[in-house]
Amino acid sequence: MANLDWRLPRIRRGALAVWRRNVMVWRRLLGPAILMNFGEPLIYLLGFGLGLGVFVGQVADMPYLAFLASGIVASSAMTTASFEGMYSVFTRMVPQRTYEAILATPLEIDDILAGEMLWCASKGLLSGTAILLVAAGLGVVGGWSALLALPVVFLAGLTFGGMALIMTALAKNYDFFSYYFILLVTPMLMLCGVFFPGDSLPGWLQTTVQFLPLTHAVELVRPLVIGAPVEQAWLHLTVLAAYAALAYYLAVVLVRRRLVV
Amino acid sequence: MPHPPLIQTRQLRKAFGDYVAVDGIDLDVPRGRCFGLLGPNGAGKTTTLRMLLGLTPFDSGSLSVFDLPMPQQARAVRRRVGIVPQADNLDPDFSVAENLVIYASYFGIGRREAEARLEPLLAFANLSERRDARVDTLSGGMQRRLTIARALINEPELVVLDEPTTGLDPQARHVIWSRLSDLRDQGKTLLLTTHYMEEAERLCDELVVIDHGRILDQGSPRALIARHVEPEVIEVRGGADRVIDWPEIQALRSERMGTSLYCYTHDPAPLLDRLRDSQGIVFLHRPAGLEDVFLRLTGRELRD
Repeated sequence: MANLDWRLPRIRRGALAVWRRNVMVWRRLLGPAILMNFGEPLIYLLGFGLGLGVFVGQVADMPYLAFLASGIVASSAMTTASFEGMYSVFTRMVPQRTYEAILATPLEIDDILAGEMLWCASKGLLSGTAILLVAAGLGVVGGWSALLALPVVFLAGLTFGGMALIMTALAKNYDFFSYYFILLVTPMLMLCGVFFPGDSLPGWLQTTVQFLPLTHAVELVRPLVIGAPVEQAWLHLTVLAAYAALAYYLAVVLVRRRLVV
Repeated sequence: MPHPPLIQTRQLRKAFGDYVAVDGIDLDVPRGRCFGLLGPNGAGKTTTLRMLLGLTPFDSGSLSVFDLPMPQQARAVRRRVGIVPQADNLDPDFSVAENLVIYASYFGIGRREAEARLEPLLAFANLSERRDARVDTLSGGMQRRLTIARALINEPELVVLDEPTTGLDPQARHVIWSRLSDLRDQGKTLLLTTHYMEEAERLCDELVVIDHGRILDQGSPRALIARHVEPEVIEVRGGADRVIDWPEIQALRSERMGTSLYCYTHDPAPLLDRLRDSQGIVFLHRPAGLEDVFLRLTGRELRD
């Protein structure tokens, strides 16, 4: 493609300044943020896990509440990082023109997007941690191994944050994000084993979901949360990391085309 | 010139598709002066500034700032430059003081050092009393002053201002002008774009007039006026048809603009005598200014 600057991004320490800026904004809105982080999963888990769980019983050899809670720890990284990477980043890039101001300093798009991705992952981690605490309170966490789920949640936050940044780089307005949610985020939430095991899906669909990043996040997070052995850990980690790296690279190239003209 | 120029461009060119925004510009911006880019909307001023800062890649030509080649050294250059953009892009999530401290962090300036620079900058911008105010509660003039203070947080050698007073009321504009004069007196180099003649005449030691991406002329405001227009102007306001055939007008250079006539001359006496004797003609006699040069060089047609 013409007019695209495909030079490999270089990330410098300045990325942390962008991350810190977002932390400072978040800190002043701490109350509502924490209410959302803890309140929402608590309602979901109590409602679905306990209410629906009575009818469902055991799923994949575990109580439905445990199945659901461990799935939502993973999916929350996706939803949180996606929202942040689209709506919040778009706000800073377009109407607020925060990036225009930052680009007048030594920082470059490479650093800005690295800082944003790091922040998306941080928010995913906060949300995943909150759910894990709620799940522990409900007695469905298998043991200390559950703490190992948190770095995975952070990695998944990078992955989904990076993918969201690509959409933001292409978006003309906020409505554009509806396509991504309806075509990718919501299907992943339904099909990647968060609410029910994937083996009940038709064969072709089971193959398809193997290519979706949320599947791999769930495959890692669920056993870690409930205290079961993790299978094919490197495969899952590699898929998530590859998605994150490629998404970052593509987002940098697309935002360069948008802002450095 | 005793020192090499702070900014040097040779045949700098930039096109967007078929539209040539900057068409081979040679600039030498000396150190410690206020240098102006004067031109109508769409002349290529902002594109030129963006290229100087490495924010817009150029197609051909050469460009160096602080003797550093661009765009390769864009980061190093921006570290030493303060930028005041055309429209304020202050961070609405933060207070006045936080805006400065956060912005300092993008330059790698630590919190303690930024806090130390804060007070003098707030005083310079007349914003000490508003340090904890949110940005969206500030007036347009205050936001502009904060943007200028923000551009100084990294103690730049060069301050680049893109139409620094557009959209401000006269009081706010005069405050900005006095602050910019202070900066120049401190030895900083200022590079500004403007289409306000008064601004250019007051602030700029040297000007280039740009249109359609080309430099039309260059020099001090005084030299440009002497070079391009006769020293005295008589504006006949309304009723151009009544006077256009007068021999006193035919004898000198004049330009018609609607029903008004602008007459340029070294010897205004004959025309003034006749105008005073005529009934009901409104006219103004004044010395020539930069605006006359500007209109002479860039024409009078409307730019949108």
